Amino acid sequence: MKKTIITVVGKDSVGIIAKVCTYLANNKVNILDISQTIVQGYFNMMMIVDSNESPKNFEQLATELEQIGEEIGVIIKTQHEDIFNKMHRL
Amino acid sequence: MININEVYETNKMIEQENLDVRTITLGISLLDCADTNLEVVKKKIYSKITTIAKDLVATGKAIEREYGIPIVNKRISVTPISLVGASSCNSPKDYVEIAKTLDAAAKEVGVNFIGGFSALVSKGMSLNEENLIRSIPEALAITERVCSSVNVGSTKTGINMDAVKLLGHIILETAEYTKERDSLGCAKLVVFCNAPDDNPFMAGAFHGVTEADSVINVGVSGPGVVKKALESVRGADFETLCETIKKTAFKITRVGQLVAQEASKKMNIPFGIIDLSLAPTPAVGDSIAEIFEEMGLEYAGAPGTTAALALLNDQVKKGGVMASSSVGGLSGAFIPVSEDQGMINAVLAGALSLEKLEAMTCVCSVGLDMIAIPGDTKASTISGIIADEMAIGMINQKTTAVRLIPVVGKTIGDMAEFGGLLGYAPVMPVNQFSCEAFINRGGRIPAPIHSFKN
Repeated sequence: MKKTIITVVGKDSVGIIAKVCTYLANNKVNILDISQTIVQGYFNMMMIVDSNESPKNFEQLATELEQIGEEIGVIIKTQHEDIFNKMHRL
Repeated sequence: MININEVYETNKMIEQENLDVRTITLGISLLDCADTNLEVVKKKIYSKITTIAKDLVATGKAIEREYGIPIVNKRISVTPISLVGASSCNSPKDYVEIAKTLDAAAKEVGVNFIGGFSALVSKGMSLNEENLIRSIPEALAITERVCSSVNVGSTKTGINMDAVKLLGHIILETAEYTKERDSLGCAKLVVFCNAPDDNPFMAGAFHGVTEADSVINVGVSGPGVVKKALESVRGADFETLCETIKKTAFKITRVGQLVAQEASKKMNIPFGIIDLSLAPTPAVGDSIAEIFEEMGLEYAGAPGTTAALALLNDQVKKGGVMASSSVGGLSGAFIPVSEDQGMINAVLAGALSLEKLEAMTCVCSVGLDMIAIPGDTKASTISGIIADEMAIGMINQKTTAVRLIPVVGKTIGDMAEFGGLLGYAPVMPVNQFSCEAFINRGGRIPAPIHSFKN
């Protein structure tokens, strides 16, 4: 199972997680793990998700998440987990 | 499982420290395109390149999207054209026709450079190889994306001084042909000693005859990441410095390996090598010279620079080798002047001379690269500089290269503008004493004693 990492970075405001999670639920993307911190007023979130059941492909999910990011004023990046595994795990 | 700090570290490298994959280079053999009829050769070349490479750019873009890592260039290298055109090209003009075909094929598939307009003449030069070399000035002037290289020496064969002499003239002629654009043609021409068959970096890439029909080679980059990592160990001893570079090089190379494997899988073309090079760009924060400064040198070129470059090169290799299943190409730190803002600054400050650069090439991965010299430099002087650099490569059993740009109409202190990744460079002074009688001897410098290993 190939997992996907979604990162959300930006100014903190009400409802960021709700918005992203609602989108993921509507598109049958299962959230496996969430970590979130606030660094100097900036919202930093990482999600590990499984999108294998989603009717949408990677490109569609990544593009639509970017659009949601623009609407709520944060940057949402979607990447396959392998780039992180390769760099940080032997 | 991956944690938020690791994700943050990787994305910071990409977003703030210019981590990228510098190039995916698709090597294509054109040996099966040879024919006695030039028109047939051209047709076969165009058709083979545009068939095999048709998905190269799209594949690169898809990988960029999936992993969030920029892949700056998608390029093609081909079999040295002197071989492909040997039975159909009877004059330099004929070779220019093939260059046009390569350019058209590169445009069709959307790659920014195609390398392999090359001749390998390290021991001797056949008539068709000489014809190709003589066609280089015109070929590089009328094409946009074609890159050329000539291998004039190796540890096994010695140095072909006839070719070295000829190339002094060819470089000046190439400069003259493109004088309206600051002699840009010379930025697309490399003279090599010990040229590797699997180098993915331009302008010296070609697809060697030892290679398979097609192969994916990847060049990584990331001087900015190394520099940032060294900021965290400011003032620490050399062991700590070296360990930090090694670990960073490992991380950078793992990304390259991932991209190479994905590209190979998606295009169903075998993976060849990762080239572990730190390749700078003119962007601030993407510079080899800035790494030297972070190590404690006021400018690149200050005493200590050769030692700094030697340890940098060695640690990059040590870290990178373990991160990749197969390493090749040039693998090391590049020190082009025009493509590195810190190197340009060092020249402008008077810290870096051509002679110091030559010393640095003894321990770096390539050679005298992207150096602008006065347009009125004599052909024999250029040949002399090439001979020195080839001798360093031959004796030290390493690749060395020369990419000099005698900028027509400009002299010491003037600025030459090449544009884009090729950058800009201040014209540097060249030693004025003559080597004409030495170069005019002609013939070959025999292979060194340590080449006899059988």
